[in-house]
Amino acid sequence: MKSVVKVENLVTKFGSKVIHNGVNLEIERGEIYAILGESGAGKSVLLKEIIMLLKPASGDIYIFGKNIKNLTAKDEQRIKKEWGVLFQFGALFTSLSIANNIAFLLKEYTKLSKKMIDYIIDEKLEMVGLDASVKYLYPHELSGGMIKRAALARTLALDPKLLFLDEPTSGLDPVGARGFDELISNLRDILDLTIVMITHDLDTIHNIVDEMSILADKKVVASGTLDEILKSNHPFVQKFFKNEYVNTRLRNV
Amino acid sequence: MGFAKYELIDKNDTSYLKCYGIWRVGTIDKIEKKLLKLKNSKNLTIDAKDIKDLDSSGALLLFLLQKNVQDRGKKAEIINLSPKHKRLLEIVKNNFIQNGKDFKTKRSFLEAVGKSVIDVINYLIDFVGFIGELFVYTLSMFKNPKNFRFKETVYFIQSAGISALPIIGMTSFLVGVVIAYQTIVQLNKFGADIFVVDASAISITRELGPMITAIVVAGRSASSFTAEIGAMKLTEEIDAMKTMGFMPFFFLVIPRVTALIISLPILIFFSDMVGIFGSMVATRAQIGLSFEIFINRLYEVLALKHYIIGIAKGPFFAIIIALIGVFHGLRVSQDTESIGKETTQSVVNAIFFVIVCDALFSIIFTELGI
Ligand SMILES: Nc1ncnc2c1ncn2[C@@H]1O[C@H](COP(=O)(O)OP(=O)(O)O)[C@@H](O)[C@H]1O
Ligand SMILES: [Mg+2]
Repeated sequence: MKSVVKVENLVTKFGSKVIHNGVNLEIERGEIYAILGESGAGKSVLLKEIIMLLKPASGDIYIFGKNIKNLTAKDEQRIKKEWGVLFQFGALFTSLSIANNIAFLLKEYTKLSKKMIDYIIDEKLEMVGLDASVKYLYPHELSGGMIKRAALARTLALDPKLLFLDEPTSGLDPVGARGFDELISNLRDILDLTIVMITHDLDTIHNIVDEMSILADKKVVASGTLDEILKSNHPFVQKFFKNEYVNTRLRNV
Repeated sequence: MGFAKYELIDKNDTSYLKCYGIWRVGTIDKIEKKLLKLKNSKNLTIDAKDIKDLDSSGALLLFLLQKNVQDRGKKAEIINLSPKHKRLLEIVKNNFIQNGKDFKTKRSFLEAVGKSVIDVINYLIDFVGFIGELFVYTLSMFKNPKNFRFKETVYFIQSAGISALPIIGMTSFLVGVVIAYQTIVQLNKFGADIFVVDASAISITRELGPMITAIVVAGRSASSFTAEIGAMKLTEEIDAMKTMGFMPFFFLVIPRVTALIISLPILIFFSDMVGIFGSMVATRAQIGLSFEIFINRLYEVLALKHYIIGIAKGPFFAIIIALIGVFHGLRVSQDTESIGKETTQSVVNAIFFVIVCDALFSIIFTELGI
C-alpha cells in the first residue's frame, strides 16, 4: 500500500459537458502533493470526487489502496475518520463557537473527558497560530484568514493521516501564508501526514510541495517535481511558471 | 485497533510509568481520565519506549502528565522517546498555553429577564424602523415609478399566489364540508335544515375563506420570504447589492408585498368558491338537498357585503404576512441557526397577527353594524 490516493482514467461530466477525460494521478505516502491548473480546469471537482462528495462518470479512485466504489459503509466511515478536509472558505459550523467547532469531532468520535478536550482545543488553536481568546467567538466574528486557521484547527482535531486542502493560503497575508506553509510541512514531517492541496501559490509550490500535477485540457498534462514540470512545454506551464516575474522570483529564493 | 495502555510501578522515591500501545486521539480515552487524576507524590519517570504510535493528542497527554508532577514540585522525565515523537512532544510543549482565563460569563436571573425585555423592545423599535423605511421607499417609488420591479413581482405572484391554489382549494373544500356537516346535525334538531346554506355561505365568505387563505399563505410564503432573504444576508448578497447602488427594498421587499396584495384577494375568492362547493356536496350527501335548491337559497341569503368584507381583508392580511416574512429575513444574523429561528418566528407571528387583525375587523364591522 504505497500510494495513498490513486486516480485512474477518471471521466467527469456535467450533463454533456466533459470536465475530465481520463485523469490519472498517484499520490504517495508522506508527500505534499499539489494540483494546479487554471480556474475552471476542474481541480475542485476532482477533489470532491476523491473525497466522495461527487461520483465520477467512470474511472477508479483508490484511497489507502481501496477502491472507493466498493467500500462497505463501515470502511467508508473509517476512511472518513482518517482524513481531514479543509474547504476553500473554511466551512466552519456557523452556529457553533470556534471551540465547539473543534470539539465537534472529538465529542462525536471519542470519549475523552471535557478537560482533555479543552486542552486539545487550546493546543490546536496555538498550533495554527490563533490566540486562545478566539475560542468563544463565532465564525462570523472572525476575519477570513482567522477562519481559515480555525478551520484547519478543526481539520486537525482527530490528527488525520491524509489532509486535503483547497487553496489553503489564498486569503492569508503573505507572512501568514508562509507560516501556514511551515506548519503544513512540519505536520507532514512529524505526523507522517500525506497532504493533497489545490494551490496557486508559487511560494507554497516552491517551498514545500514535493510533487504536483497540472490539470489542463481535461487531463493531467504534466506531473512530477517542480524541475520535471518546468521541462514541459504545455502552454499553461509556460504561462504559469515561465514568465519574467516568476523567473526572477525563483532565482532569488 | 490497539489501545493506549500503561503500567505504574512504584520504586523507592520514584514512580515508573511504563506506556505502551497506540497513543492516538481515538485510543487514549480509556486511560486519559485516570492518568490526569494521578496524584502520586513521588518523582515520575515516563517510559515511552513501547508507544507504537503517537499523535499530537497522545503527546499532549504525556506532556500534561509530566507537567502535573512538575507543578507539585517533583521531578518528571519522559524517556526513550523516538526522535520523531520527541519532536512532536517539543511542538506540543511549545503550543501549550496556560488557560487560566475563563471567558464564559454566567447570567443571573434578573439579567436574563432584563435582557429579554430589552430584546422585545428592540424588536419593536426595529419593526417600526422597518415600516418607516418601507414607507419612504414606497413614496419615492411613486415619484419614480421605473423603480418598480415588474418582473420580480410577477414571479412572486406565481410562486406565492398561483402555486398556492391546490392546497388552498383542498383545505377550503374540506372546511366547507365540515362546516355544512356539523351545522346540519344541529339544525336538524329544529327541522331547519335549509338554514345550512345561510350558515355555511356567510361564515365561509366572511370569515373562514379569508382565514384559511391567510393561514396557508402565511405558512407557505412568510417562511419562504424569511428563508430566501435570510440566506441572502448570510452570503452577503444584500451587502453586495447595496454597494452596487441597488436598494434591497426595491428588489426584495416591495415586489413581495405587492405580489401578496394582488394575490390574496384572488385566492380568497377562490377559497370562497371551493368552500361553498364543499358545503353543497356535504349538504347533498347528508340531506339530499340538490345543488339547484342550494344555489337558489344562496342568492336569497348571501348579501354582497359578506363577500366583499371577506375579500377586503385580503390586502391587509397580505401586508401583514409579507412584511413579517421580509422583516424576519432581514433580521437573520450571520449564522445558519438564526435562519431557522427567524423562519419559525415569522410564521408564528404572521399567523398570530393575521388573527389579531381579523378580530379587530370583526369588532369594527359589528360596531358599524355591517
Ligand atoms: N455542480 C456543477 N454543475 C455543473 N458544472 C459544474 C459544477 N461544478 C463545477 N462545474 C464546472 O466544472 C468546471 C470545473 O470547475 P472547478 O473544479 O470548480 O474548477 P477549478 O479548477 O477552478 O476548481 C467548471 O467549468 C464548472 O463550471
Ligand atoms: Mg476551485
